[in-house]
Amino acid sequence: MIDLSSQVRPDSGKPAAIRSRRKKLTFDKVSFMVVFLGLPLAVYVIFVISPFVQAAYYSMTDWSGFTANMNFIGLDNYVKLFHNATFMKALGNNIILVIVLPLVTIILSLILATLVTVGGSSRGQIKGLKNSSFYRVVSFFPYVIPAIIIGIMWTQIYDPSNGLVNGILTSLGLDQFKSFPWLGDERTAMVATMFVIVWGFIGFYMVLFVAAIKGIPAELFEAARIDGAGRVRTMVSITVPLIRDNIQTAYVYMGILALDAFVYMQVMNSGGGPNNSTLVMSQQLFSTAFTKNQFGYASAMGVVLAAVTLAFSGLVFLVNRLTGGKDDAR
Amino acid sequence: MMSLKQTSRRRAVPMELLGKSKETSGDKAVAAVSHTMLIIWSLIVILPLLWTLMTSFKTTREIFASPFSLPGQWNFDNYVSAWTTAGIGSYFVNTIIVVGFALIIVMVLGAMCAYVLARFKFPGSRAIYYLMLAGLTFPIFLAIVPLFFILKNIGLLNTLPGLIIVYVAFALPFTVFFLFSFFKTLPHEIGEAAAIDGAGEWRTFFQVMLPMAKPGLASVLIFNFLGLWNQFLIPVALNTNVGHYVLSQGMAAFASQAGYAVNFGALFAAVVITVVPVLVVYVIFQRQLQGSVSAGTNK
Repeated sequence: MIDLSSQVRPDSGKPAAIRSRRKKLTFDKVSFMVVFLGLPLAVYVIFVISPFVQAAYYSMTDWSGFTANMNFIGLDNYVKLFHNATFMKALGNNIILVIVLPLVTIILSLILATLVTVGGSSRGQIKGLKNSSFYRVVSFFPYVIPAIIIGIMWTQIYDPSNGLVNGILTSLGLDQFKSFPWLGDERTAMVATMFVIVWGFIGFYMVLFVAAIKGIPAELFEAARIDGAGRVRTMVSITVPLIRDNIQTAYVYMGILALDAFVYMQVMNSGGGPNNSTLVMSQQLFSTAFTKNQFGYASAMGVVLAAVTLAFSGLVFLVNRLTGGKDDAR
Repeated sequence: MMSLKQTSRRRAVPMELLGKSKETSGDKAVAAVSHTMLIIWSLIVILPLLWTLMTSFKTTREIFASPFSLPGQWNFDNYVSAWTTAGIGSYFVNTIIVVGFALIIVMVLGAMCAYVLARFKFPGSRAIYYLMLAGLTFPIFLAIVPLFFILKNIGLLNTLPGLIIVYVAFALPFTVFFLFSFFKTLPHEIGEAAAIDGAGEWRTFFQVMLPMAKPGLASVLIFNFLGLWNQFLIPVALNTNVGHYVLSQGMAAFASQAGYAVNFGALFAAVVITVVPVLVVYVIFQRQLQGSVSAGTNK
């Protein structure tokens, strides 16, 4: 920022001012900058930034989309939104998801990653479990399956009468599950759905954490062992603090996913589930916009969704910093 | 990624040397428990997939009879009917067109933008970088309503080109973000050497920098492929013409319709058709992909 005066916007063409500091602006250079920066930025601004800005404006109108009529109504949509019991229920479900999903996924994948990396011998070189690459390859399978397919597959697996889950349970003698509707019962719909999402992501984060743990210098583990730390102690006191930035990244990614969750919910319970127990904000937004044509109202929902997402990411960064994580200078 | 390879190589040597060191009984117990837990987890992953595969060969009547019975006849009837009558074939073609073009365009645009941001200093470059970061955090749901009308106004709503350009725009921030750090690490001397040899900016980029960035490009390509192949919301909202359906939305439509028309055999077959190509590609390239995961997230 300090040497701003000596730098010239590359496409504004004042060669004299910068000749002393850098090479002269040639056609080559100018055309290069215009195309290389201008083209991607144009696409980005038109199709990403401008919709975000427009949505913020629409959220303060009563626009129905197909008429030119658009009245500015200030924050009325938001007031209406917070008195809408269904939306508040959806918001609550999203909050449950954002608390449970990252926590469960990350803890389980950390445990699996630890088993793979430090399950080996306690003598000599620190090493991972033998033949563990098989587990890594298999664990990653769900990540390459599209979310929509995961949803369809598991809807069939949970099927009350022909599904795999009830098939296994009844063959174990648990006859009360003979035709138990996992996704159709208010008590289990949310848990069953969360299980599916966790199933889809554990492998990915496990691979991520395995890579992170392998990046820790082996000397640290050796030192811990010499000091008498067992495996669990090593994991809690050495591994987790050293890969906390990876955990933070994973937490944010997983949380953003939990606040969306549209695909899973839409496939497994498109109507929001029994008594709206699996309804999420994104589903509400989608039906408000594209079936009820209340575009202004839907945009207000989008703004709330974005606000919650940003608040969540901010919170994760804050907690990580307050608990002694390295500050995010990058 | 490079450092990762080095560490694993550095460790690989002593591992083999020490491989014959004696294991204590405690170690054996830990290893046994670890293997047991990992095997249970692997079964949780694999069983649903195998069950889906098996069921895809059963007739709807057999599916209703029992979840465990083997198919009476192993034939591809379900696959044929999924591919033709359910239209999975045409969805497949549409998806390949959309994802293929979007990938090519986003890789070119993303690499260009990341290169300029990483290698040139000019006022506003930092601001542009943060603008890109913002696009990564904001939920796409916020943009979807205005996007609908932007495409409508330029006449690209419900068309494949419209879908492609939106895919490109939303894959762009991740691509730039990832490649930005990659181009940063390339040594400056190389660009200077190219300039001394008389290469202009264009030539330096396409003939020197781009080939050097290949490992980074490959990683981003894989992630973008998975992301776009999975994309569901954008096509469902912006591409409602059945003839232009992509695989994910076609499958969703098929699944919700199968509840009434009840051709479950074909539904399972369609699931297998969608999963198998990507799974096969994954198993072939899994080394590369797992390298990408670590490279992409350890930044």
